[in-house]
Amino acid sequence: MLLVALAFVPVLLGANATQKLTLLFVLVILAAMWNALAGYGGLVSVGQQAYIGLGAYGTIYLANHNVAPYPALLLATVFAGAVGLPVSYLVLRMRGGQFAIATWVVAEVFAIVVSLDKSLGAGTGTSLIELNRYTPDERRAYTYWLALGAMTFLLALLFVLLRSRLGASLQAIRDDEEAAASVGVRVMAGKRILYVVAALGCGAAGAITLSNTLFIQPGSIFGIQWTAYMIFMVLVGGLGTFEGPILGAIILFLVQDWFADRGVWYLVGLGLTAILFALLLPHGLWGALEERFSLRLLPVGYRVRGLPSRARAAEGDA
Amino acid sequence: MNWVNAVVQGILLGGFYALLACGLSLMFGVMRIINLAHGDLAVLGAFLVWVAVDHTDVSPFLALVPVLGLMYGVGYALQRGLLERSLRAGVLVPLLTTFGLAIVIQNLLLEIFSPDVRSLGGRTGGVTTTSWRISGDLAISKLGVLILAVAITVLGGLHLFLTHAPAGRAMRATAQDVDTAELVGIDSRAVYARAAGISVAVAALAGAFLAIRAAFDPSSGPTQLIFAFEAVVIGGFGSLWGTLVGGIVLGVSQTIGAEIDPQYSILAGHLVFLTVLAVRGRGILGAREAIA
Repeated sequence: MLLVALAFVPVLLGANATQKLTLLFVLVILAAMWNALAGYGGLVSVGQQAYIGLGAYGTIYLANHNVAPYPALLLATVFAGAVGLPVSYLVLRMRGGQFAIATWVVAEVFAIVVSLDKSLGAGTGTSLIELNRYTPDERRAYTYWLALGAMTFLLALLFVLLRSRLGASLQAIRDDEEAAASVGVRVMAGKRILYVVAALGCGAAGAITLSNTLFIQPGSIFGIQWTAYMIFMVLVGGLGTFEGPILGAIILFLVQDWFADRGVWYLVGLGLTAILFALLLPHGLWGALEERFSLRLLPVGYRVRGLPSRARAAEGDA
Repeated sequence: MNWVNAVVQGILLGGFYALLACGLSLMFGVMRIINLAHGDLAVLGAFLVWVAVDHTDVSPFLALVPVLGLMYGVGYALQRGLLERSLRAGVLVPLLTTFGLAIVIQNLLLEIFSPDVRSLGGRTGGVTTTSWRISGDLAISKLGVLILAVAITVLGGLHLFLTHAPAGRAMRATAQDVDTAELVGIDSRAVYARAAGISVAVAALAGAFLAIRAAFDPSSGPTQLIFAFEAVVIGGFGSLWGTLVGGIVLGVSQTIGAEIDPQYSILAGHLVFLTVLAVRGRGILGAREAIA
């Protein structure tokens, strides 16, 4: 229902609403991907901007080589996911904070390599001029549908993954890696799948961001601020809940709309809020709501948290 | 001869990276926290020294003394007020809170000091500009030697502290097994806070040298964190002397990269780091012990 309604937005509402909702879908994708890593895999990445940048610059590269822009967006997304696989062999050797900074170094390497390439506009940035063959209205509508489609697909993919056997084993990994391994959970494989899916999703977010804004620079598309946004969304919405990151994305979207012109203080506020949520409300707003009203819109099931009540344990089997 | 020069300059640069890294290494060794705000705390130290020099016109080396004391207090308070709570909340939370802290520090500095690039290089007199000329192509800067000497002194001092001083031995005991340490009467909260204090003070020391040997601005922190982390990983987590080796390997990689093309300097360092990670996960001198 909601999906059908959302699909008609470009037709019914103005250009401004279309473009803003596209941004919201990008935020939802990013939050869901980061949550998949941290909330289900126990992997705190501060380098997902590596794939956001690859999705965007991959599109530019393909468009420069005579691939039509919209197929280029899809191919670049798949490319970002594919790069995630070999990288996972490197970064997944590390745990915790070491994993975090290793992912960051990978993002830095990609950013430097891109900024050394003159055909990609080097450090000063570049734009996707091939999209000029469409009228602005068409372009906005196509990008919007692409974003809506990507978000729906990625959320569905995560939902299916987390409902499968893999979901249960992933949460076992997050809760206690050694114990999970000892009962035969294939820890590495589970983490690797999550990492590649997150690379794919962030690639999609980067490609869509490019087609929404048309212009990118390595400094900003590979920037650490993406990680700040992802952490904020997931912590406020609810780490390790399926619905929380969506809620967090909506909150960040509104906050950006209201406060972004405050510049520096806005980022200080984001950082402080993230710290407070991490310390005081570790399962975020959604976690608190869930607790209070035992609400569960999209049950990914098999969840036994720190304090498993009887109700929870029973629910896990449902 | 250029290559010899690159290696020599790389070793000197490595001294700086080792200094930057040893606080990160200590904090990880004792508390198992990777402090993602480490680079920004170093830059905060640089700004504090800058403010002191700007107001009183003393030498940065003199201004450093109160700043180190102050930053020790900052680290102590940070552990007591923030990290202690986050450590209790699980493995992920310290990472998230220190990342949040990094964003806060960076943007507060930006708000207070504007994005201007600053340097303390002009305020230290002869040390920053003079060098010993060995031959036509090879000159050794006095400042580089000074920083390397400071790095070795700090690492050596920490080593002696951890092996001989009662407080240092308590720190090692806590790092190895908190519960047992508590049983024999060690106050682990105080030990952790002291370790955080030392870590942040040494970060500020490195920040001050960053300001003296090069330039800095409010957004310099993340790069410094990455270099520090690379030095620690290349050298091997948990080994203080490994940090020195790692810093030097990183420094030499960067100067050799720069010798090929200045644009490759930082990239070369990253690639060496990733290679060490791929080939030998525990680094060159990686130890299994918490801190050695």
